[in-house]
Amino acid sequence: MAYFFQQLINGLQLGFVYALIALGYTMVYGIVRLINFAHGDIFMVGAYLGFYALTLYHLPFPLAILFAMAGCTLLGITIERFAYRPLRNAPRISALITAIGVSLFLEYFSSLKFVFGPNYLAYPRPFSVCIYQIGTVCISNIQILVVGVSVVLLLILQFIVQKTKTGMAMRAVSYDKNTAKLMGIDVDYIISVTFGIGSALAGAGGVLYGIAYPQIHPFMGIMPGLKAFVAAVLGGIGSIPGAMLGAIIMGIVETMCSAYISSTMRDAFAFAILIIVLLVKPTGILGKREIEKV
Amino acid sequence: MSKEKIYSLLLGFGVFAVIMLMISFGFLNPYWNQIIQFAFIITISALGLNLIYGYTGQFSLGHAAFYGLGAYCSAFVTKSLNSLGYLAFVAGLLSAIIFVALIAFLIGLPILRLKSDYLGIATLGFGIIVKVLLDNADALIPVLGGSRGMLGIPKFTVFPITYLFFIIAIVVIRNFVFSDVGRSCISIREDDIAAECVGVNTTKYKTTGFVLGSVFAGVAGVLYAHLYSFLHPSNFDFLKSIDLLLIVVLGGLGSISGTIIAAIGWTFLLEGLRVILPPQILDWRLVIYPLLLIIIMVIKPMGLGSGMEFKFIKAGDGNR
Repeated sequence: MAYFFQQLINGLQLGFVYALIALGYTMVYGIVRLINFAHGDIFMVGAYLGFYALTLYHLPFPLAILFAMAGCTLLGITIERFAYRPLRNAPRISALITAIGVSLFLEYFSSLKFVFGPNYLAYPRPFSVCIYQIGTVCISNIQILVVGVSVVLLLILQFIVQKTKTGMAMRAVSYDKNTAKLMGIDVDYIISVTFGIGSALAGAGGVLYGIAYPQIHPFMGIMPGLKAFVAAVLGGIGSIPGAMLGAIIMGIVETMCSAYISSTMRDAFAFAILIIVLLVKPTGILGKREIEKV
Repeated sequence: MSKEKIYSLLLGFGVFAVIMLMISFGFLNPYWNQIIQFAFIITISALGLNLIYGYTGQFSLGHAAFYGLGAYCSAFVTKSLNSLGYLAFVAGLLSAIIFVALIAFLIGLPILRLKSDYLGIATLGFGIIVKVLLDNADALIPVLGGSRGMLGIPKFTVFPITYLFFIIAIVVIRNFVFSDVGRSCISIREDDIAAECVGVNTTKYKTTGFVLGSVFAGVAGVLYAHLYSFLHPSNFDFLKSIDLLLIVVLGGLGSISGTIIAAIGWTFLLEGLRVILPPQILDWRLVIYPLLLIIIMVIKPMGLGSGMEFKFIKAGDGNR
C-alpha cells in the first residue's frame, strides 16, 4: 500500500507539470480553435531559458522561473503575431499545418550549435534534494516545490480568468468571437494575451520539468506536449478545470502503468484511455456539448 | 480511345522509360535510385491519406501507423518464406493488404464516429499505440526486433515494381473518386449531416474510404520494407504521420495531381537541400524546411495545387 501511495505522489508531480502545459493548449483551443502543436516546444524553450538563467547568470530559482516565463510569453506572442494571425480567416487545417511548421522550426532551430545545441544537458538543481519521510511514504522537496509552484500559478490563472476584466474578455471571446467584437473587445489583443499567458505557464512547466526530471534536449517537448494536449482533451478541451483534472489523471495513469504494468508500454495505455474516453464521452470529462447547427 | 487516354499512357510509359534508361546507363547511382523509389513510395502513402482526408474529409493523424503495420506484416511473412523468392513477396504483399484492411476496419468503425479534431486526436493516439507496440513487439515475436529494429529483410523492391504500384494507386484512386462510392465520400466531406439526410450511408462510406486509404499506406509500407531491408519503429512514428499530412495539405486537399507533385517535391527538397547546402550549414536543412512550410501556408492557405488537376486525372466526358 505504501508503494501505491508513493506512486500516487510521483503521479501528482508529473500531473501538475502536465497541467501547466495543458492549460495553454486548452485556453488557445477555447479561443481560436487551433491545436497549437508548437506549445510543447515553447515548454522546451522554457526549460532551456531556466537552464541558462540558473547556470550562466546564477539567478536564484524564483527569478529563473520568472525569466523563463517572461521569455516564453514573448515567444508565444511573437509566434501568434507572425504565424497564426495572418491565417485567422483561413481554413483551420492551414493554421494547424503552420503550427506544425512552427513546432518543427523551434525544434530544429534550437538544436543548432549556436542556439541550444543538439545534446542532452544535465539540469542543475538550485538546492540539494532532501527527502522527508511521512509514515511509509517519502516526499522530496522537489516534489513539494513542483506541486506548490504549480498550484500557485493555477490559482493566479484562475484569478485572472475569473476576476479581472481581461479574463472576462477572454471568456467572452471564447464564447462568441463576433459578439465579443461587437461589444467593443479588442479580439486580437485578447488572443495575444491568451497566447502569452499560456506560454508563460508552459515556460514555468519547462523549468519545473527540468528540475524534476533533470535532463533536457531540444526534442523534449514533443511527448509531454502531446500528452498534455491529450490531457486537455480528456478533461474537455476549452475548460480550465477540465485541463487540470485531465492532466492529473494522465500523470497518475502514466506513473501507475510504469509501476504496475510495464514502463515501456505506458504511452500505449495513456492513449488507449484517451480513445476509450473519446468514444464514450466525445467532449471529454468536463466538456460542454456543442450543439450542431445544420 | 480518347486523346487524353493516349496522352496519359504515353506519359506513364515515358517517365518509366526515362528513369529505367537512366538507371541502366548508370546516370543514377544506387543512392539516387533509392531516393526516387522512396519518393514514389511516399506518394502512394500520401495518395491514401488524400483519399481519407482530402476526399472523405476524415482528419487522420495516424496514417504512418498503417504504413508501419503493412511494412512489418510483409517483412515478417517474406522473412519466414525467404526461400520462395518473389512468391514470398506476393504472399507478404497480400497478407499485408489483408492485415492492414482488417485493422483499419476494426479501428475505423468505432473512431470514425468522432469528428474533425477529435478524430485527429483519436487517430494520433492510435498511431502512438502502434508505435509503442512495435517497440515492444520483440517480447512476443522476437524476429520483429522491437526497438532494436528488424534486420535482414529480403530486398524485393526494384524500380519497375514501385512504379507499377504508383500507377496502380493513381488509377485506383482516380476511378474510386469518380465512382458513385467516391461521390458519396465527397458528399460526406462537404457536409456529413446533409449527406445523411439525402440517404448516404455515412458510416459505410467513411469506413470504405478509410480502409482503402489505409491499404495504400500498407502497400507503401511493404515496398518500403523491401527497399531498405531494415525497419525501425521510429520510421513510423507520429512525425511521419505529420509528414504525410503536410504533403497532402501542401498539395491541396482533394487533388491527386497536387499530392503527387507535393510528395515527390517534398522528398527531393529534403534530399536536394542535403546536396546543395555546404556541410557547415547542413544542420540548417531542417530549419529551412519548416520555414518554407510556414511561408507557403501564410501565402497560400489552401495548398499549392488546390482545385488543380492534370487533364488525364479529370473525369472524361463520359463520366461527368
